[in-house]
Amino acid sequence: MPVIDLAVTPLRDLNSALHAIPPGANDINYEVLNPRGSHAVAVGIDAPVTVDVKGSVGYYCAGMNDGGTVTVHGSAGPGVAENMMSGTVVIEGDASQYAGATGRGGLLVIKGNAASRCGISMKGIDIVVHGSIGHMSAFMGQSGHLVVLGDAGDALGDSLYEARLFVRGSVKSLGADCIEKEMRQEHLTLLAGLLEKAGVTQVKPEEFKRYGSARRLYNFNIDNADAY
Amino acid sequence: MCGIVGLFLKDRSLEPKLGALLSDMLITMTDRGPDSAGIAIYGAPTSGRAKITVQSAAAASDFARLEGALAEAGLRASVSVKSTHAVIEVEAGKVDETRAALARLRPGIRVMGSGDCVEIYKETGLPKDVVARFDVRSMGGTHGIGHTRMATESAVTTLGAHPFSTGADQCLVHNGSLSNHNNLRRELVREGMTFETQNDSEVAAAYLTAEMAKGKDLGQALTSALDDLDGFFTFVVGTKSGFGVVRDPIACKPAVMAETDRYVAFGSEYRALANLPGIEDARVWEPEPATVYFWDHEKAA
Repeated sequence: MPVIDLAVTPLRDLNSALHAIPPGANDINYEVLNPRGSHAVAVGIDAPVTVDVKGSVGYYCAGMNDGGTVTVHGSAGPGVAENMMSGTVVIEGDASQYAGATGRGGLLVIKGNAASRCGISMKGIDIVVHGSIGHMSAFMGQSGHLVVLGDAGDALGDSLYEARLFVRGSVKSLGADCIEKEMRQEHLTLLAGLLEKAGVTQVKPEEFKRYGSARRLYNFNIDNADAY
Repeated sequence: MCGIVGLFLKDRSLEPKLGALLSDMLITMTDRGPDSAGIAIYGAPTSGRAKITVQSAAAASDFARLEGALAEAGLRASVSVKSTHAVIEVEAGKVDETRAALARLRPGIRVMGSGDCVEIYKETGLPKDVVARFDVRSMGGTHGIGHTRMATESAVTTLGAHPFSTGADQCLVHNGSLSNHNNLRRELVREGMTFETQNDSEVAAAYLTAEMAKGKDLGQALTSALDDLDGFFTFVVGTKSGFGVVRDPIACKPAVMAETDRYVAFGSEYRALANLPGIEDARVWEPEPATVYFWDHEKAA
């Protein structure tokens, strides 16, 4: 198992090594020591590697991940797993603002809390937060799922498209065009699958409420034609 | 961007290391802003004495024979020069008189701040150079704040560097930009405040000074700032015995805090905190938007 100590190895060497993994390689379980809040740790992975980061990271950890499994044994700064394509990113601690922003696929699990703008402009990513999330989360979310075991801050799902939001605790306020929706059997089944994928046990899908777009904001309404 | 740091010590055994700890925190934040850097350190007060930190672009001539010139003006002062700055110690209660005399005797001198405890050092350039120039590492104290600047709202000058001090033993560092500073400056001028720059952060500092002069404590002044200041801000503020943090409701300017039995620390990023003693076991959190945090040595007792 390659061990890269960022106290002695430049960050760029780590990321270059992760980008140079040939198809079919076996020795693909990396351990990263002493990240000490470094930016851009393990960005741009495009192979099914695993990376265990032993400590806290700064901006943009695991950004653009495509197929890797990155676990941060600490907390993450702003923009963790930004624009993830596929794969899994797990944060054992808390995540700062815009976690999972613009993500197109894959699974982001935050075991602590996430700050503001979690899942902003999400486009297919699944995000499961064990704790609570801050304000303006899932802003303009287009597709994918945001599951929150704790509470949500102000303006959840503002200007939402078709991302689906599930919150177990309280929602401080809903953003423009975001409404609570009926939880039907298909949603309970979907949520059960997401919770299982994220390793959440002892929490039932029935404990959540579902939120989504009222579809009044992003659809063209012929009655408004005079306004243009 | 800008990088800001702050450290408020609870454990007195760390006090001799305050300057070194804060210097390292600030240097780590260098890539958030290369234009200017500054640090304010709150040291032990000397009974009956006050300190004025001054700066001059012509330090050699302005600081030469300054003690004598002040003595001739009837002011017993001791002047210790550090590069472009000097700390002038005078009798408590003679600060205003000394400032007036300085303006008359040495018009090129600018006052960085004054009070019983605070010393403020700031210059254009990188944190490592500013810290070395003023030998900040050797300074002890109870708490301090620091700033490295990426200028947006006003010129890259010594006076435009942070921390800004607008009242005795008060200072502020700011990451962000205010949008109603011109209006607020006019109102504060009407209330009698004076300004050295066109900088938005100086207005925030003066606003807090004015609110505290009306009887508010630091926490109350920061709470009213949330109503009266418009724009983006993460502020870290020092007073003689207090240390406060507040972020605007949108909270896009980054902030991380850490607390242990020995200290409370603030950094724009976790990197700034990574070298602090015992950080592995500290409570580390991101301060909530529109929420005031403050600590006070006197109130904690």
